[in-house]
Amino acid sequence: MHALIETRHPAMAKIGVVLIAVVLAVLPFALAGIGTAWVRITNLAILYILLSLGLNIVVGFAGLLDLGYIAFYAVGAYVYALLASPHFDLHLPFFVILPIGALVACMFGVLLGTPTLKLRGDYLAIVTLGFGEIIRIFLNNLSQPINITNGPQGITLIDPFRFGTFSFAKSETVAGLTFSGPIKYYYLLVIVVLVVIVINLRLQNSRIGRAWEAIREDEIAARSMGINTRNMKLLAFAMGASFGGVAGGMFSAIQGFISPESFVLVESVNILAMVVLGGMGNIWGVILGALLLSFVPEVLRYTVGPAQQAIFGRTLIDPEVIRMLLFGITLVAMMLFRPAGILPSALRKRELETARPA
Amino acid sequence: MSASDLLVAQGITKRFGGVQALSGVDFSIRQREIYGLIGPNGAGKTSLFNVLTGIYEADGGQFTFEDKPLTGLKPHEVAARGIARTFQNIRLFANLSALENVMIGRHVRTHATVFGAVFRNAATRAEEKAIEKRGYALLEYVGVERRANDLARHLAYGDQRKLEIARALATDPRLLALDEPAAGMNATETAALRSLLENIRRDGTTILLIEHDMKLVMSICDRVLVLDYGKKIAEGVAAAVQKDPKVIAAYLGGDVELDVARA
Repeated sequence: MHALIETRHPAMAKIGVVLIAVVLAVLPFALAGIGTAWVRITNLAILYILLSLGLNIVVGFAGLLDLGYIAFYAVGAYVYALLASPHFDLHLPFFVILPIGALVACMFGVLLGTPTLKLRGDYLAIVTLGFGEIIRIFLNNLSQPINITNGPQGITLIDPFRFGTFSFAKSETVAGLTFSGPIKYYYLLVIVVLVVIVINLRLQNSRIGRAWEAIREDEIAARSMGINTRNMKLLAFAMGASFGGVAGGMFSAIQGFISPESFVLVESVNILAMVVLGGMGNIWGVILGALLLSFVPEVLRYTVGPAQQAIFGRTLIDPEVIRMLLFGITLVAMMLFRPAGILPSALRKRELETARPA
Repeated sequence: MSASDLLVAQGITKRFGGVQALSGVDFSIRQREIYGLIGPNGAGKTSLFNVLTGIYEADGGQFTFEDKPLTGLKPHEVAARGIARTFQNIRLFANLSALENVMIGRHVRTHATVFGAVFRNAATRAEEKAIEKRGYALLEYVGVERRANDLARHLAYGDQRKLEIARALATDPRLLALDEPAAGMNATETAALRSLLENIRRDGTTILLIEHDMKLVMSICDRVLVLDYGKKIAEGVAAAVQKDPKVIAAYLGGDVELDVARA
């Protein structure tokens, strides 16, 4: 856990870690008190954190604008769904499928990366956008001549995660506490997200992470300094895609049903907005962005309607419309006042043992 | 080609559409030499740098570095072979700290993989420490260690130029190619740069120097190559080159004489 927090006060850091751990442990029960829907919303928010962290490697670290990121989520989701559902009557365990899903998504990442190596900025954005759409359209149409994806109907009855007889879908009561399915998934998701955060922090602060940042800052200078930009960019695409693939597999299991409709362009844009809003390249910023853009709309959904009912006696404006309005205003305000995000990528100071003030 | 030659250029040719940027340029740089490359604006100096470092591909001719051809190598492979460069218009990693800029220069001489980065094994930790230490030492070497933790873009212009040199040195080059390092520097900064270049040479690195500051070129370079319209018009020791009528004509009989008179 110490890798997570860098501070000059180790005692404060320890207290902070303990506090966060307690909050994370108690949170699902508090949410379940309000309604199980909120646990599900939280799980979805954690999936978005995973996706944002994956996209952050590509966009935030390496500076490659990717508008088709949802495609890797889709690949991961479909790999899981096809290997653990009655569709092909395959029921492999999740700990086998998730790595396969990550690997397949990783291959798709390289597949996208290879032809786009020489593209940057808007050109890259357009190609990746097309790639995302191609994947979705394939999923929509691969029901003929051989039915692979079951087309727009999607795949149903996807297996939940299971360890022997322990299923993540069933409710269990231990010592008076009810662990519902969503609560079990919540703990699993929290563990996965913590692992992914540590991986991201360590990557960023390494030879590899510095090479990505060098490419983001100035590709020609990076090449002249001996960085193999082709390999490093492919690595960024592959790593980002793998995280997307893992998140997709978990999404599949949690939902129990997927269809191409879950993987539309707007989702890619949404994840990119989380990364940009929070602060590209800053892991904590990206997490904050993902939490804000997942929770605020849900809070609005539950408050805007009833509030209007209470004040005007009827719903004047559809909550969905207000959501988009606020979303738009927020993004415009962001670009005006905090173009680098809520938590911009900060300067990393290094205290060297041999360093002395000159 | 003699045994002491570090870099040999034979018939380097480069065209951009109808423009002949370089036509059949030959020269050779000896070990531990400071070799000047001068010529009026648009003479092809930076193009020559870009061909040398693999950013452009030559249309003809070849470079031989330490007796092996550089033909067809990508920029990162050229860097791995031991040629590092700076840029005429400073190209630092602007939003990273000065120290990190130099640490990135160590990339090509270090090995940590994704696996090492994620698991932080002993070898990776040791390597990372060495990178940081070397980075700081190089900042001290060029004299910007006080700005180690400042963003590169917040450094003063002269310090940015020095930082670019430190970043290039971090790749352990055998040949350091500098594109107008003194541009925009005042007399004091240029004097400091001059002693830095002399130190670099003393410590065993050969220097190829593009520079418009004739006073600096004439005082520090062992030999000078003069380009005009992509052709070599003179080569030799500084004192001889500056008296060459072709060189004086290329500079329209102006700058060179004037600058040298002041020197």
